Amino acid sequence: MARTLIHVPPSPRRGEVIEIRVTIAHPMETGYRPDDQGRTLPRDILTHFECRYNGRRVFAAEMHPAIAANPYLAFTLRVQDSGSLAFTWEGDRGFSQTETVSLQVT
Amino acid sequence: MSNTRRDRAAPVSRRRLLGAGAMLALAARPATAQVLLEADLREAIARWCAGAQPREGRVTLDIAPLVENGNAVPITLRAASPMTEADHVTELAIFNERNPLRDVVRFTLSPASGRAEVSTRIRLATTQHLVALARMADGSVWQHTVEVIVTLAACVE
Amino acid sequence: MAIVLLLGRALAADADPRRTGFDFMSPALQALQRDDTQNPALLWVQEGAALWARPAANAKACATCHADGSQRGMAARHPRIDERSGRPITLAGRIDQCRQAHQGEAAQGADGAGVLALGAYLAMASRGLPLAPDSDPRMAPWVERGQRLWQQRMGQLNLSCANCHDQNAGRRLGGAAIPQAHPTGYPSYRLEWQTLGSLPRRLRSCLAGVRAEPFAPDAVEWLALETYLARRASGMALEGPSVRP
Repeated sequence: MARTLIHVPPSPRRGEVIEIRVTIAHPMETGYRPDDQGRTLPRDILTHFECRYNGRRVFAAEMHPAIAANPYLAFTLRVQDSGSLAFTWEGDRGFSQTETVSLQVT
Repeated sequence: MSNTRRDRAAPVSRRRLLGAGAMLALAARPATAQVLLEADLREAIARWCAGAQPREGRVTLDIAPLVENGNAVPITLRAASPMTEADHVTELAIFNERNPLRDVVRFTLSPASGRAEVSTRIRLATTQHLVALARMADGSVWQHTVEVIVTLAACVE
Repeated sequence: MAIVLLLGRALAADADPRRTGFDFMSPALQALQRDDTQNPALLWVQEGAALWARPAANAKACATCHADGSQRGMAARHPRIDERSGRPITLAGRIDQCRQAHQGEAAQGADGAGVLALGAYLAMASRGLPLAPDSDPRMAPWVERGQRLWQQRMGQLNLSCANCHDQNAGRRLGGAAIPQAHPTGYPSYRLEWQTLGSLPRRLRSCLAGVRAEPFAPDAVEWLALETYLARRASGMALEGPSVRP
């Protein structure tokens, strides 16, 4: 499991547009870098991210090697009901990780 | 130098070429001064636009004009949109000119986004142009081009 | 009275010509470092916090011996004399040593995963505190040796650290600003590395930069340089784990 940093405002009001920030530890190896022997390191990146709000997909990202290592994404969401936010990252070599955070809307 | 047939012909055709070139350049330049991008970048953008003709405006790419290290460059993509069911941004994308691959990132938004605003950090191989695009629910496509200067570390490991 | 004190402090601050690498960065990177929700080093800080609390196989966690709250100040007090060896020890060295001695962990070096994570965690815990390395007289010969190394021309480029970081700090080399090279932000998320790294790693890349043969991995030169750098930066505020180009 890769380390993640997830920032969701703690008590948003119903109807408020909040900003969510997520970071995941991942080298995002581009497939163009040489190792110290001159051999090209194989590509190993995260390719997809999605956020589901109470099960419904509200935001997605398709990432290419041009996304920096330890990918950071900040996006917005208009909150209505309390519930859960599920963040899923997928990528090369079958990478798949989901982190779930509860959302308390006042 | 020498009075060869080629030399005598050259000045005439050069003048004609220059004239034709100037006409072409004037014709190619749209009303708003636009950067002429590399062909493969234009093709990548055209594929993403899927037939829609991109117009300048509504989308902005916030990025430092001068970057100290191209490994992680903070950017914010914004599009002017009420993000209602009727009028919202469905996709945002960034394409580049000089990285090994043209694609940088593509985002899918929805009315639930509330605002069309996404931030991330990207890699830039060198000084180049970036093109930000937004696709709206009505199918219209909007674009914005920026140039970023990337300096490199003086002390290379 | 308060106004006089404030004025005095302001004047004193103006009188100190020392600036951290933070001041030489672009606004975008400064913003990145300042924002704990964006600074990638926080991935390591979070990991370090978990490691601090987690018992090792022998059931000892860092928290078992180190009282809660004692984390603050640890980074500020290093390097300091290690009684066992009689030599200075850096915070990274101390973390590595503690993990081996008390938790049965293998040696990792300053850039080992656990050492970096705990180093980041402890650097964050001392953020804002003035760097106050040991003033024990046994430190002095190490500071002096470090200063001589600092002033010694090295490598194919035949440059000393002082040539760039004392005499030309603030100017530009290539497109990059030359900082004063104070170690107030280590471990540091260096964009060039695309990961968090230690001060010894940065010093190695400095030597590579002037095309000098690096000292052996366990050479005392590294320790002397770190000791001198800490003395040179004494009193400057620690930044927590920094972002650097």
